[in-house]
Amino acid sequence: MFTYYIDLALRSLRRNTVLTALMVLALALGIGASITTLTVLRLLSGDPLPARSAQLYYPQVDPRPALDDPSRARPMPAMSWTDAMNLVNARKARYQAAMALTQAKVMPAKTGERPFFSDAVMTTADFFPMFDVPFRYGSGWSAGEGQARARVVVISDALNRKLFAGANSVGRTLRIRDHDFRIVGVLRPWSPQPRFYAVWLGGRSYGDGDGVFLPLHTAVADKMSPNNLNCFAAGGDLNDLTKAPCIWLGVWVDLPTASQARAYRGFLDNYVHQQIALGRMHRTDVAMPDLMQWMRESHVVPSDVQLQTWLAFGFLLICVVNTVGLLLAKCLKRSQEIGVRRALGASRRAVFAQFMVEASIIGLAGGLLGLLFAELGLWAIRQQPAEYADLAHLDLGMFAFTFVVALVSSLLAGVLPAWRASVLAPAPQLKAS
Amino acid sequence: MNIRPILSTLRKHRIPTALIVLEIALACAVLCNAIFMIGQRLEAIHQPNAIDEAGLSIVTVRGLNPKNAADDLPRNLAALRHLPGVKAVAAINVVPLSNDGWNTGFTTQSGVREFSDDSYVNVAEYLVTADADKALGLKLLRGRFFHSEEYAAGTLGKSFMPTGHAIVITQSFARRMWPDQDALGKVLYMGDKYSYTVVGVVADVLRPDRNGGGLASFSYSVFLPMAPVEAALNKYLVRSAPQDRARVLREAVSTLEKISPEAVVNGKTFSDIRNAYFADTRSMAWMLVLVCVVMVAVTAFGIVGLSSFWVGQRRRQIGIRRAVGATRADILHYFQTENFLISSFGVVLGMLLAYGANLYLMQHYEMARMPWTFFPVGAVTLWLIGQLSVLGPALRASHVPPVVATRSV
Repeated sequence: MFTYYIDLALRSLRRNTVLTALMVLALALGIGASITTLTVLRLLSGDPLPARSAQLYYPQVDPRPALDDPSRARPMPAMSWTDAMNLVNARKARYQAAMALTQAKVMPAKTGERPFFSDAVMTTADFFPMFDVPFRYGSGWSAGEGQARARVVVISDALNRKLFAGANSVGRTLRIRDHDFRIVGVLRPWSPQPRFYAVWLGGRSYGDGDGVFLPLHTAVADKMSPNNLNCFAAGGDLNDLTKAPCIWLGVWVDLPTASQARAYRGFLDNYVHQQIALGRMHRTDVAMPDLMQWMRESHVVPSDVQLQTWLAFGFLLICVVNTVGLLLAKCLKRSQEIGVRRALGASRRAVFAQFMVEASIIGLAGGLLGLLFAELGLWAIRQQPAEYADLAHLDLGMFAFTFVVALVSSLLAGVLPAWRASVLAPAPQLKAS
Repeated sequence: MNIRPILSTLRKHRIPTALIVLEIALACAVLCNAIFMIGQRLEAIHQPNAIDEAGLSIVTVRGLNPKNAADDLPRNLAALRHLPGVKAVAAINVVPLSNDGWNTGFTTQSGVREFSDDSYVNVAEYLVTADADKALGLKLLRGRFFHSEEYAAGTLGKSFMPTGHAIVITQSFARRMWPDQDALGKVLYMGDKYSYTVVGVVADVLRPDRNGGGLASFSYSVFLPMAPVEAALNKYLVRSAPQDRARVLREAVSTLEKISPEAVVNGKTFSDIRNAYFADTRSMAWMLVLVCVVMVAVTAFGIVGLSSFWVGQRRRQIGIRRAVGATRADILHYFQTENFLISSFGVVLGMLLAYGANLYLMQHYEMARMPWTFFPVGAVTLWLIGQLSVLGPALRASHVPPVVATRSV
């Protein structure tokens, strides 16, 4: 019976090719636009570390002067050196690391070549185990090495390829500004999307990973300056960032269980109250969002991308309503044919099924063409200068989802016309002809 | 034209009527919001930026030892000044629209604790050496630019706050701080240690980035005089005739690279910087335009399709009307009026939807309230689309011969 419906549907669709083409095209445009924008949105709001994100937290405190109305206080998006070091040294979590972004001037190995700047992370030892950073060669540095301001460095796969043609460069020397650093580790390609640890620290949120990772204490001793520095009092000495009244460090902690997270939150409150008692701090507001919550709070996903998605689905809705209208027109035009079928014994259900099959064929065709439009749309996005442009690809999930969207929208579009067709009384239709 | 018979016909064809109304309403809602968003983006792109952008290039020199800045800067400035075709040269800390911000806050009262949230207005701080007004092509509206003594005395202390006392501010910032008064001679404060007297007001210059603020604060910028001794001034403004710009930029980069082999030198024209800054905005605007066009086309086809079907269904009726004396024009007007009525229902519903969508977007995204002028414009647009779409089917209807009435299909 099903194949018969398909045959009937195909005949009917062929009878009015222009109308069929219009319906398929409109549906395909709607689907193409929706899938394109949804792919980008999903990509940008994805989980950068699926295995770890639920147990990573971003503690925040507020070192600014007291407010007249304390209820208006919101914790700061980063920490001063003192707070960051106090939290890291307290070792209350399984892992904890402080970090800032900087630009590292990498000196050329050969004379005659020019130096270049590489995106760099200055951080503490736990960065690598906490974020599960994959190493190709070697490893990170130890907490002791970091504290001792050892001149050691971990480099990315891309930088290793550029400087050492991808060979095992552990033990070799990288000259950063005026100092030689010993390479202790080389990463596998690693670029979490979004680059969650860099959100407020003055780096881009998507795109390539960082090239150089060096111990925070060493970098501070060498006067490397953070990309983002926000001072909450004027007059401090900015040449010594360990004392300046400025925030510039992000702190992440790893708390594997909920009870550990609760305990840490208590510790954070205690810490702030203790600092207030010491006269160092004045505000009690703290926060400890987990990774995904912090991504939402800091609006990592550009609002334009979300607006585009809304718009695309609005457009798809218009296309579906349009298809409903055209299908209805088509099926009422065939009232007589329906009358004949009903008179010959087809049940209402059979007529309904026949028209739903016709709608789903339009849906499938729309889905296929929509997939083509989505690929075209994503290609166009890859040509854009946006930092996430290179990531815009259709994955298997979205590929499957395209057909779900296509079928659901075409079936939705088909229900009303098919129902109208099935409830037509056969006798008047036969009489009219 | 009598609309009663039209209304009663529509009442008999509720579903197709409702579908067209719904389609027009959705199109109206999306169209109004999309056009509003396009407008907002165009407004951002066309924000006035009163520097002479056409002949301006920027050369950034990074990676020099900051301790040698007092030697490097004068030498580099002199080298650039001597390039053929260069009209003016100055050093600056950050450049408008470069996404590389240097912000601070000022208040109009002395002794207000630094950054106690509300009383301070956030501004972009441009630290400039002598001739920056010429290199940038600033438009002075009131007062003066800096004297050479002010430039010579300008340094950044340890806390990176300018040690001088003269400041030039943009017109928008002046209006924000002193809405009804002349800003000249007024003083801007930062805590109790720093104060700056306004010596000049220039036409609006955009900030390096929006810094989380709205379009209004996009032109809150200030200029402070600096001696060429600070490592923070690592960008060189190079002005030439627009037609010399490419060559001057090339030569400027290679000259500075030759002077300091250890530096990383990077040159850009201001047009490059502007294009990069607005690239996302522009592509969003184009994508919105594309959506609008395709959506209007889909809606129009939908109306054409349904109206054609409708006309086909009513050939008999049309024939009867023609047979009993209706003219072709009567039939044409009938369908046009019918479409106008349906469009009007759609437009009314669409306005409500558009308003609701705008409220939702305002709550969740950086959206302003849609001005009421969008509603009549959206209405007229959809009426026009409806009328144009129905014209074909209506003309076909008007050509139905009266004799149809006597035939049985």
